[in-house]
Amino acid sequence: MGGLTLRRILPATLLLAFLVAAPFFLSTYWVIILTEILTMSLFAMSFNLLFGYTGLLSFGQAGFFGAGGYFAVLTLLHGPPSLWVALAAAVVGTALLALVIGWLCVRLDEIYFAILTLGFGMMLFTTAHNWRSVTGGSDGLGGFTVPPLNLIAWQVSLFNPKYFYFLVLAVTLLGTLLLLRMVKSPFGLLLRATRENSNRVAFVGANVRRLRLFAFVIAGTLAGVAGVLFAIFNRIASPEMLHWSFSGKAVLMTVLGGSGVLLGPAVGAAIFYVLEHYITTFTTSWMIFLGAILVVLVLAFPKGVLGSVMEFFAQKRRGAAP
Amino acid sequence: MTQPIILEVQNLSRSFGKFQALGGISLKIPKGKLCALIGPNGAGKTTFYNVVSGRYRPTIGKVFFEGRDISGLPSHALVARGLLRSFQVTNIFPALTVRENVLTPLAVMRGLSFSFLGSMARRPELVDEAEAILARVGLRGQSHRVVSTLAYGDKRLIEIAIVLACQPKLVLLDEPTAGMNPEETDRMIRLIKELSDKSEITFFITEHDMKVVFSVAENIFVLNQGTLLAEGTPDEIRSNREVKQAYLGGSLDAASH
Repeated sequence: MGGLTLRRILPATLLLAFLVAAPFFLSTYWVIILTEILTMSLFAMSFNLLFGYTGLLSFGQAGFFGAGGYFAVLTLLHGPPSLWVALAAAVVGTALLALVIGWLCVRLDEIYFAILTLGFGMMLFTTAHNWRSVTGGSDGLGGFTVPPLNLIAWQVSLFNPKYFYFLVLAVTLLGTLLLLRMVKSPFGLLLRATRENSNRVAFVGANVRRLRLFAFVIAGTLAGVAGVLFAIFNRIASPEMLHWSFSGKAVLMTVLGGSGVLLGPAVGAAIFYVLEHYITTFTTSWMIFLGAILVVLVLAFPKGVLGSVMEFFAQKRRGAAP
Repeated sequence: MTQPIILEVQNLSRSFGKFQALGGISLKIPKGKLCALIGPNGAGKTTFYNVVSGRYRPTIGKVFFEGRDISGLPSHALVARGLLRSFQVTNIFPALTVRENVLTPLAVMRGLSFSFLGSMARRPELVDEAEAILARVGLRGQSHRVVSTLAYGDKRLIEIAIVLACQPKLVLLDEPTAGMNPEETDRMIRLIKELSDKSEITFFITEHDMKVVFSVAENIFVLNQGTLLAEGTPDEIRSNREVKQAYLGGSLDAASH
């Protein structure tokens, strides 16, 4: 039992130590890349709560990501200059939005669910793109000042990339812990059971629609929080954040890292950004190379990179046991 | 001694478009009595189960469970009252472990469906209960295996374990031995008999295998072309002429009535 816990805790501790220490030995450039990876990790993990754990493929996840960004920026522009208020507004806003859209979407599953979420995602994108007076249209919504983060005793300026990095790290970590708690809870077990066989879940007395709706709202809200970080990081909320191709990024990162593991999408996000960094240093048509590498990775790791690595170790352990 | 009636069906009909799958069935199941529903292929057995268990709504007619009208209620509401069913085609959670398959209904029964932050691992009483149920159906020591790796007969036992975890009063078993080899069939029959004798649960089974039906059932209902053809003890059914006709290719006779 001791070995088992150590095996679980050690990699997590090493990863956490690296993430906390990173700004002290990495260049600002890499700190910024890590910030992006962490933000996208939270976004992709929120998507994977629906995809990997509940069995629902959403192509509208970017809609909530973008909406979170817009809610936060609108609050900063028109409300009190407080990051906490902006974050709270984004959480409440995206949760309500996900509740309404989810209420309609969870009636169906499989491809029908995917198409419904795609449809709602497109509607959200068009709203952000065309409602000029409120959203700034295709230019996006920028021109806000980022207030310092109020931590009771300290006022932390986020203009320092290191400090902003720590904010993103803290938020993503909290989101990850929340997800971890949730997938280990009875609710999480029921989500996995729903993924496996939703019909049977109804026949053991659970309300499948409500289970899916809760998962949808939680996933949408976490995506919204990631969107807040993304908008503040870029100093702008733009319609591209809501575009379905942005949802596609979450799908890609999840498949790349592994949908069966909580941190799979995060690993996928890391691979995606690191590859992008190295490939763009020698070519502008990086998508061709990225595409080719992705094909190889997906063929070599059918369960995702992290998923396949974990399975390899699990098999090795089983082989060594008797 | 008259036993209380656990399930009563009155004039139950169900149509799909112009096809009438069930045409006015009425029957009563006494509490604690192991009853069986038989009939040739296409007689409407599975449709009957689907309507009673809330998967389909009845076109006409009513279903009473413990005296209360449950016609057209959704499945999850029926489960909450203690009316459960198993499925002809194995219907479990393949990628979950044996234990998780049983923990799922246990979590639902304890009202934990929406417990987001509570840890499953910190509920030893649930795990103990799951283990007890698994031991009862003969799957002790398999808890950590992923269900999709089990033998067919064991998967069917998981089905029973899931049903038991829902604290049923009445269980509709839809062909529990379908596709099993003789050995697995024997094991399943022994289990059903034992559960029926030693618990408060009433079982109502459909079965293809006549040997099985006549060896376990105390009361048999015969369905043919969507209507109830006969009802009685195994001996009565064995000697019933109409039943023999329906089974011995007498479907032409039955159709002309």
